[in-house]
Amino acid sequence: MAITVSRPKLNFRERLYLPAILSGMAITMRHFKNMLFGRTKVTMQYPEEKWDSHLPEHYRGAPALVREFICPPRAIKIIPGEFPAGDKFAKVEKYPHEFDIDMIRCIYCGLCEEVCPEQAIYLRKDYAITGFTRADMVHNKEKLLEIGGVMHGVVLKWNEKK
Amino acid sequence: MDFYFIATSLIKIAALLAVVLGIMNYAVYAERRISALIQDRLGPNRVGPAGLFQPIADAAKFLLKEDFTPAHVNKFYYWLAPCLAMIPAITTLAVVPFGSTLFGVPMVIADINVGVLFVFAIASLGVYGIVLAGWSSNSKYPFLGGVRSSSQMISYELSLGLAVIPVFLLVGQLRLTEVVRYQIENGWLIAPFIGDWGNLHKWLLAIPMVISFIVFTIAIFAETNRLPFDLPEAETELVGGYHTEYGSMKFGLFFLGEYVAMITGSAIIVTLFFGGWHFPGVPDGSHGWGWGLLNIFIFFSKIAALLFVFIWVRWTLPRFRYDQLMRLGWVFFFEIALVNIFLMAIILAYFPQ
Repeated sequence: MAITVSRPKLNFRERLYLPAILSGMAITMRHFKNMLFGRTKVTMQYPEEKWDSHLPEHYRGAPALVREFICPPRAIKIIPGEFPAGDKFAKVEKYPHEFDIDMIRCIYCGLCEEVCPEQAIYLRKDYAITGFTRADMVHNKEKLLEIGGVMHGVVLKWNEKK
Repeated sequence: MDFYFIATSLIKIAALLAVVLGIMNYAVYAERRISALIQDRLGPNRVGPAGLFQPIADAAKFLLKEDFTPAHVNKFYYWLAPCLAMIPAITTLAVVPFGSTLFGVPMVIADINVGVLFVFAIASLGVYGIVLAGWSSNSKYPFLGGVRSSSQMISYELSLGLAVIPVFLLVGQLRLTEVVRYQIENGWLIAPFIGDWGNLHKWLLAIPMVISFIVFTIAIFAETNRLPFDLPEAETELVGGYHTEYGSMKFGLFFLGEYVAMITGSAIIVTLFFGGWHFPGVPDGSHGWGWGLLNIFIFFSKIAALLFVFIWVRWTLPRFRYDQLMRLGWVFFFEIALVNIFLMAIILAYFPQ
């Protein structure tokens, strides 16, 4: 079924196209002047102004501690190990001996945070993490514990007695 | 051997080349900055004060990149095409008077008496650059971009030539310095009634002159592949168009060649319609070298203003579809330019001043 869209009839001034072009140019000139005289403040000049004080709530930065198989780009590698006896965390079933999160492969999706039974991982608001080589950007356990700060909000795990 | 003429010509050539290449680099910077400000963002403002050293960084980047030649191209034409895109644009500037006189030397490199025909002839060579670029790349997208662009340029060359015939009917000579001299005496051709408001003849002349100006400017937009006629370079349709297979300095030559073509087109528009180097109240160079320099400065300021208009229009209008573009060129502007010539001829024949 064909629907016919009728073309609107243009009057003489509209058919010239030039008056419409000139009014369009007036609009762009208005944008230009507003930007030139600083009346439109949209762009943040990065190293001078940072937005750390008002990062939006849902911003996802570096993961601070998790789950190997849930991670979509397989950024996390865990080598499980046994606990030495007498360690105060002995009742936990699995304890990672080594784990590495490759920050370059991490896509900051947050699946590992949702899945972790210990709630040991959460995403923070760091975004300026850099390194000089690819090996530098693989964060192992020591580095993650060093980065890892204090988790905000309620830690649900500690509320249930195991 | 007229050594004086040869020596002054060489100095003028070197100076004009230096100035035009400098303006070309800063035209790229101006484009980025102005387009950004129109789009509510800031342009490059990090390199140097307010980003003014950005073109130097760009030039260094183009020179230091690896200049490759893909294996599947037709080598001779691949190397020739960027030269054919840049050289005609710069050569056309040889006949444009960019100042009055300086120390007695007329500020035009070649004051030939077929001035504007030279301009059109050399500008037509620019089509070869694009055709060869598209063909030699041996690839789909450049081929389509090259074909589209060459057909667009050829179509609008027709309107380009026909649109300015009324100007030459009025002035009587093709020499560009004569056109400037006529405008100094009788008012700028875009608005010949300024300064002589009572003269009805001048008001009557303004009608074909304004139509001529509009058609010529739009044809210059189409010749330089500039929006709204930039379908050959449309990244959304043709990847890179005819310069997809080019990198480093060859791409730089195409890219900067487009800006030089804009500068040359603006120079011709300024010479024919806006009075060239003349500004009311400023005497010409025979009264002192200070005035001569001021005239050169006035000419380049007018070119800069026209370049601003080019950039402004680019970010105002959407792109034409290819069939709309062809229809405009062959049906619309061709007829208007022809009718304009008849109109001007009737005015000159039946309403002599």
